[in-house]
Amino acid sequence: MSAIGELRTLRRTGRGRLSPAQKEAEAKERRRDSRAALVFLAPWLVGLFGITVGPVLASLYLAFTDYNLLQDPNFVGLENVQRMLGDERLGRSLAATLTYVVVSVPIQLVVALALAYLLDRGIRGLAFYRSVLYLPSLLGASVAIAVLWRLVFGGEGLVNAFLGLFGITGPAWVAEPETALGTLIVLHVWTFGAPMVIFLAGLRQIPRQYYDAAATDGANRWQQLRSITLPLLSPIIFFNLVLGLIGTFQSFTQAYIVSNGSGGPTDSTLFFSLYLYQEGFAGFRMGYASALAWLLLLIIGAFTALNFWASKYWVFYDD
Amino acid sequence: MTTETLATPDPTIDPAAEPGDRPLTVTQRRRRPRILAHVGLILVAVVMLYPLLWMVTSSLRPNDQIFTHPGLFVDTFDLSHYPDGWNALSKPFGSYLLNSVVVVLGSVVGNLVSCSMAAYAFARLKFRAKTVAFAAMLLTIMLPVHVLIIPQYVLFAQLGWINTYLPLIVPKLLATDAFFVFLMVQFVRGIPRELDEAARIDGAGHARIFLQVILPLMVPALATTTIFTFIWTWNDFFSQLIFVTDPDLYTVPVALRQFIDAQSQSDFGALFAMSVVSLVPVFLVFLFGQRFLLRGIATTGGK
Repeated sequence: MSAIGELRTLRRTGRGRLSPAQKEAEAKERRRDSRAALVFLAPWLVGLFGITVGPVLASLYLAFTDYNLLQDPNFVGLENVQRMLGDERLGRSLAATLTYVVVSVPIQLVVALALAYLLDRGIRGLAFYRSVLYLPSLLGASVAIAVLWRLVFGGEGLVNAFLGLFGITGPAWVAEPETALGTLIVLHVWTFGAPMVIFLAGLRQIPRQYYDAAATDGANRWQQLRSITLPLLSPIIFFNLVLGLIGTFQSFTQAYIVSNGSGGPTDSTLFFSLYLYQEGFAGFRMGYASALAWLLLLIIGAFTALNFWASKYWVFYDD
Repeated sequence: MTTETLATPDPTIDPAAEPGDRPLTVTQRRRRPRILAHVGLILVAVVMLYPLLWMVTSSLRPNDQIFTHPGLFVDTFDLSHYPDGWNALSKPFGSYLLNSVVVVLGSVVGNLVSCSMAAYAFARLKFRAKTVAFAAMLLTIMLPVHVLIIPQYVLFAQLGWINTYLPLIVPKLLATDAFFVFLMVQFVRGIPRELDEAARIDGAGHARIFLQVILPLMVPALATTTIFTFIWTWNDFFSQLIFVTDPDLYTVPVALRQFIDAQSQSDFGALFAMSVVSLVPVFLVFLFGQRFLLRGIATTGGK
């Protein structure tokens, strides 16, 4: 069961009804275990409060201050929010990030699903294909690949060298405001191997008898895909979608390297986290950057909540 | 997290198994020759690998040929880019590799120790507020690093940890990579409880059950954790860029970034060469640890 599934179950299962004797035994075991649990969980608890919950609350406070790392923070009320409303770079950053997320996540998942479906049909050389297609998703987040992308899509890069063979003079893809974001979307789609492997595992769990029964009843491939594969795979599609969105909203390295830290040309690749980095760690406007961080958290939270709400209408759980 | 996933080692399915392991059924026996599928797959595979192969061959070409040759065939091998790139920055590239190795090793050890301990508690112990704690752990998996990074920076700055590797390693020692806690919880749940009971009857306490019964049996989960921690830490740019600003302490990603600035925009061969060098460890881990990677990532089990 995935983390998302766990959260669903936790929400649904309350404490079961127990007999007094069972309760007594349970209480005894709990007393015995509690001290051990404290020891085993000690590092995690320190981490949870010290470098997760504490910082989350601290950044909420800093979001309402003018903190600049050198002087003590002053409470400034909603000044940072006001500033956001008039911040044109923030607008362009949100546009770039949302476009990137909304375009690249679905494309990546469709490609991943299509190839997983192809590989699941009992094809020879499965292990080879799977390895080759999976490898880019391990390398994709690295600086080296972002550097490579800069050169592949540069004015004199690989892509244009190919186009040149057909007499086409391509633009400097990474340097044009219209195409720079597109190169990053291509890079994200290129790393479809990870969701593909998850889809592949999910496809394997669908009992073959379902397909046999459907085939006996005269259902063709397309009908089988629509009525068996997609419904049974929908929890995994949902899982990949939720995690894909959360992860993609936080993309940083690719945009940083391809634009050499600027988010350019004309802020077209100014991912939210890159803008946050510029404000906080280059401009030392830590108060404003904290406000940005909370805006990001709220946006991701809203997207995730929307997803969970919508999942009622298309995700099929057979439990 | 980027495209990383929450995985569940499920012993009943082996993602590395071949389709032939599964008994053939009616639909499969009726399959037609799959030449079209193979042609399509090979095309996709070539497109996927092409940029990587081009990077390797470009690192072996004289600079003036790199961008005029989109092909993969190299006729004049020029190995000089490797020593050139190795010595292009203020320190030899080997020292950045070593720095990255230190950070990676610290992170791996930290994750193995702290996450396995937490996982044992969540999977085997009964304690107050367990449901709440477990839910909190799951939620932290999805928390964006950005809401933490500024206060963490302030905290680590006050501790005098900026320009050390402590901000990169200490959080791992405190099980903040909750993803791995979850992965291990799932794994421990699959270990029969009778083994714990038997050890308890023999007088073993939780410490001994954990160390002598559970840990040896969860080696596959530990291997998956090791491999993913290695790759993600090796590739991690955001936190290394923020916490390590002293050029002597640069790790590989930050050093490579420096390369783009330092190189006059002409020595692309050297840039390619060091990019290749920086990817070799990840590639090797992929090659030898693939089974654990796939097991970890594939058996997510949905739902």
